[in-house]
Formats: sequence, C-alpha cells, structure tokens
Amino acid sequence: MTRDLRAFQTQSRPGTMTRFGQPLARQMPESQPIPVTPLVSARGLIKQYDGRLVVDHVNLDVMPGECFGLLGPNGAGKTTTLRMLLGLTPPDGGELTVLGEPIPARAREARTRIGVVPQFDNLDPDFTVRENLTTYASYFGLRGETLSRRVEELIEFANLRGRESVPIQALSGGMKRRLTLARALINAPELVVLDEPTTGLDPQARHHIWQRLRMLLSRGTTLIITTHYMEEAERLCDRLAIIDQGRVVACDTPRALIRAHIEPHVLELSGHAATVWLDAQGNVSDIARLHRVGDASLLYSHDPRPLLDRLDSDGLRYLHRPANLEDVFLKLTGHDLRD
Amino acid sequence: MSPSLRFVHVWRRNLRVWRKILIPSILGNFGEPVLYLLAFGYGFGMLVGDLGDMPYMVFLASGIICSSAMFTASFEGMYSAYTRMEVQQTWSAMLGAPLTVADIVFGEVAWAATKGLMSAGAILVVAAVLGLVADARALLALPVLLVTGFTFGACAMVVTAFSKSYDFFLYYFTLAITPMLLLSGVFFPLEQFPAPVQTLAYLLPLAHSVELVRPLLTGGIPTQVLLHLAVIAVYGVAGLMIATIFIRRRLVR
Ligand SMILES: Nc1ncnc2c1ncn2[C@@H]1O[C@H](COP(=O)(O)OP(=O)(O)O)[C@@H](O)[C@H]1O
Ligand SMILES: [Mg+2]
Repeated sequence: MTRDLRAFQTQSRPGTMTRFGQPLARQMPESQPIPVTPLVSARGLIKQYDGRLVVDHVNLDVMPGECFGLLGPNGAGKTTTLRMLLGLTPPDGGELTVLGEPIPARAREARTRIGVVPQFDNLDPDFTVRENLTTYASYFGLRGETLSRRVEELIEFANLRGRESVPIQALSGGMKRRLTLARALINAPELVVLDEPTTGLDPQARHHIWQRLRMLLSRGTTLIITTHYMEEAERLCDRLAIIDQGRVVACDTPRALIRAHIEPHVLELSGHAATVWLDAQGNVSDIARLHRVGDASLLYSHDPRPLLDRLDSDGLRYLHRPANLEDVFLKLTGHDLRD
Repeated sequence: MSPSLRFVHVWRRNLRVWRKILIPSILGNFGEPVLYLLAFGYGFGMLVGDLGDMPYMVFLASGIICSSAMFTASFEGMYSAYTRMEVQQTWSAMLGAPLTVADIVFGEVAWAATKGLMSAGAILVVAAVLGLVADARALLALPVLLVTGFTFGACAMVVTAFSKSYDFFLYYFTLAITPMLLLSGVFFPLEQFPAPVQTLAYLLPLAHSVELVRPLLTGGIPTQVLLHLAVIAVYGVAGLMIATIFIRRRLVR
C-alpha cells in the first residue's frame, strides 16, 4: 500500500481503525479478521515535578504503521511523555504498554525494538561517523556481518557516504540530525520515537528528514514524533494529539481536527488601517469569529463572502486562506506566548 | 535492578576511545608515577637508607604501584565519567539503547579498574627493570591491583553521582585521597604512626592493598589475605551500589 493511499484512507474514514491493520494484515492469511492492538497504549499517565503535574492523565493509543504526532507548545510535556514511553522517566501514575511490554518494568526489553531520536543530539564526540554507528550497534549486541551491513546501509540512508571517517564535530546540524536518525535505526526498530527531529534545521535539511521519515512509514515502521511545527505535523502525521500543560486537548487526524474546531475560511488583517476598518464594522459575530492578536486580526468564517465584498470595496489588504492546523493549535492552546 | 553482562558494551566503548589515543595514553601511564618513583626513591632513599632489611626504593615501589591504581581509577571515575555523563551525554545515548543505569555504572567502574591496572602494571614493569621486584610472584599482585582499581573507581562514581561540577572532585581528593595516600604505608611504614592513626588507616582500603602487594613484590607472603581483600571488597561493593542508586536518581527522573 502506498503512502498516498494511506493518507487518503485517513481522510475518508477518520476515527476508524481498519486501516491501521493493513501493514500487519499483509503478513497474515487473507480470511482471518485481525484484532488490531495498539503498539503503544497509555492510560491515565501522570508525571509530577515539584508537586506540579507536567503530564496530566494522558491517554494515548498509537496504532501499528501510523505516524502519530504530539503537538504542543514548549513545556507542554511532550519530552516527558516520550521519556516515560521509553522507561527513562518513571511515571507517577497510570498504565503504559509499549510493544506489548509493561513500562517501566520491561523497558529495556522494549528498547531493543525501539529507535530513539532525542531532542538534543547525543552523538559520541569521541568517534567518527562510522564509529558512532558501530559503537551504538554494539550496545544492542549486534556484531559481525549483520553489523557491517546495517552500518553501510545507514550511511547511505543518512546520505553521509564519503564522510564516514569524519569526526562528529565536523558535521553540520542537518548531518548530525541525519546521523542521529540513522543511529536510531541500527536495531531495525518497529517503533521510532522522535523528539523534535527538525527543530533548528534549515528548510533543505528539514525536507531531507521528512523524506526519510516517509520512507520509514512506507516500510511499515511506526513513528511517534513531537513537534511544535504545524507544517511538519500536518504533512507527516496520520493522527495528532494536541497537548497543552500536560493534557491532551484534542486527538484526531489533522483534517478532522481542523473540521471540528475551526471555520473553513480565515481572513487575516493587520496594521492600523485594518484596525480602524474593523472597528467601523461594528459587531461581525454573525458573520465571523474575530480574534485579535496585537495589531493583527483573524476572522474565522463559514461564509466570508459579505466580508470579502466589503473589504474589496473599501480597498483593504487582507489574506484569505483555508483554515489550518495552526488555527486549531492557537485556538486550543491559547494565543499567549510560551517560553 | 542489577547490572547485566551488557556492562561489557560500556567497557568496550571506553576501550575503543582509549585505543584511538594509544601512544599518549600509555606514555601517561608511565610518565608521572615513574617520575615519583625515581625522584622520591633516589632523593629520599639517600636520607632514609634502608627500612629494616629493605632498600627504600623497594619499599616505595609497591606503595607507588598501589597508589597509582588508586589515582588512575579515581580520575577515571570522576573527571572522565562526569564528562561522559554531563558534557558528552554518552550515558543518555546508552540509555536510549537497551542498557540500564546499572550496566553503565558497572561498565564504567570496570573500565576505571582496567585503567588502574594498566597504570599500576606499567610501573610494575619499570620497577622490575630497575631490579626492585623480587620474583615472579609479583604477578599475583595484578589481581589485587585490579580489585583496588575497582574499589576506587566505584567510590569515585559515588562522588560523581553527587557532583554539580568538576570543582567538587577537589574536595574528595583533598579530604579522602590525599590523607589516605599519606597514611596508608605508601611512603613510610604505618608502624611509625600513633595507634589511632593506624586504626584509621586500616579502616580505609588503600592500606590493605599495600599490605597485600608489598610482600608479593619483595619475595614475601602476605598475611591475613582474606581480611585485606574483604575490606577492599566492602568499599567496592558498597560504592558500586550507592553510585548506581544515586546516578539512577540523577538520570532517570
Ligand atoms: N527533570 C525535571 N525536573 C523538573 N521539572 C522538569 C523536568 N523535566 C521537565 N520538567 C518540566 O516539565 C514541563 C514539561 O517539560 P517537557 O516535557 O520537556 O516539555 P516539552 O518537551 O513539551 O517542551 C516543563 O515545565 C519542564 O520545566
Ligand atoms: Mg521537549
């Protein structure tokens, strides 16, 4: 099944689980109905730091073969949630199963089948590119033929051919990130967990990572990815959980989230002239939902034609665009700035 | 959670790095302690003469060998381990793989012991060349030196577990390692100290290491072997357990 088809099914049947069974079903006899169990399942997951709930009763189900996103502002609890999935942070409450293993009790066993891309690169500065891969492979007990074949494959995958013997310090940010991703694949993991994989990268480097992640998805690997880039979430993720202050405030496909929370048309106005114009319009609440952020205004509407006519006849500059994930995100997590 | 055989992966990672800088590493092993041996040996030797029927150089050699295992393992368990824990985040990368804190701490202590053994072994070679070693039973000192390195590596990791910066390690050197060096029969015989100081020295591990190694290097047979080994082992095992608990508390939270 191609990636496009999967995306299509996501949109056509939001909320159903049938599609998630597909990668599994290919290996099974045709006629048998397969009950699809989540690869990751969290129930009432809690984490407290200094008496403050940073992960607050989180429920998650990640299905085999999907790309699941955790979208939230800084400090929302994304990293803490991922660390709990990996058994690197002990939860203060709730139940957690990853790849059929209870976490944190059997986290080590689970981690033999997981790949990890941490938020901050922790490549080994004492080693070259290739040595980083071989050393990391050795932590999994890989050796001999398997090890050298994997390492060569991953050097190709990371597009680092010709740089195998270069020390880590000589790599650009994008190359380091690619190597970190390659390193996460050394154990041929069923699940790859990525914490802000493209934060701080330039657009080319970011597209390169996205392309690699789509490649993984087409092979049936399950991905869990945290991000605060809407674009990344919208492009990559089959389903998203929007997290704010430790709580899942919404969870669905990107399209379903937009449909459920935001009017389909958005008008963006900004500047003094726009403010004056808006004030002169009086109450527009029957036509659009108005949201002001500083001197910018957003008008959300099901039918913006009356507004568009008035804007055009008054000669105002505006941007008319379809609603996107960012609108959902801002609506659900508030417009105020987070550190 | 107790360490598994996977600690070997941690040990081997450090060995790989060490091999990359093989020549300076080995020179470092020989350099400083050999300087100590020659300077103190010839310098003091003139003043002190023989201790009983033992030339001072012969007495000193076994002391320097033990203290070298102590210093090398302590450095590795503090400065190097701290660098891997905090600066390089080597351990956090390992924790993403199927290694646990117990594996990592045990692997690091085993590596510190190995480095302690290598540096003590280097001086043993020099001492043998200088004719300061009686016979082949000196080889029996090697396992004792490995255990000594393990114990000091483990104790150093306890300090590392609580360190907020490199500065903290100086306290440990000043308050624990240096007094131990001076009180444990490395430079002068323990019997010269007042009884309470001797008791204190025997409550610490280094004196027991010296008591085992010195006879083995001078053609004698150590007495109370099990007692000496037991004291060293208690520090080693306790250090390992405490370091594991507190490093876990630091990293897994
Ligand atoms: N080890 C810790 N000790 C105390 N507070 C922490 C710790 N780790 C995270 N926090 C706090 O928990 C909250 C969530 O952090 P995090 O999961 O890193 O958020 P995100 O990854 O979404 O930016 C933040 O307020 C952060 O300061
Ligand atoms: Mg984070």
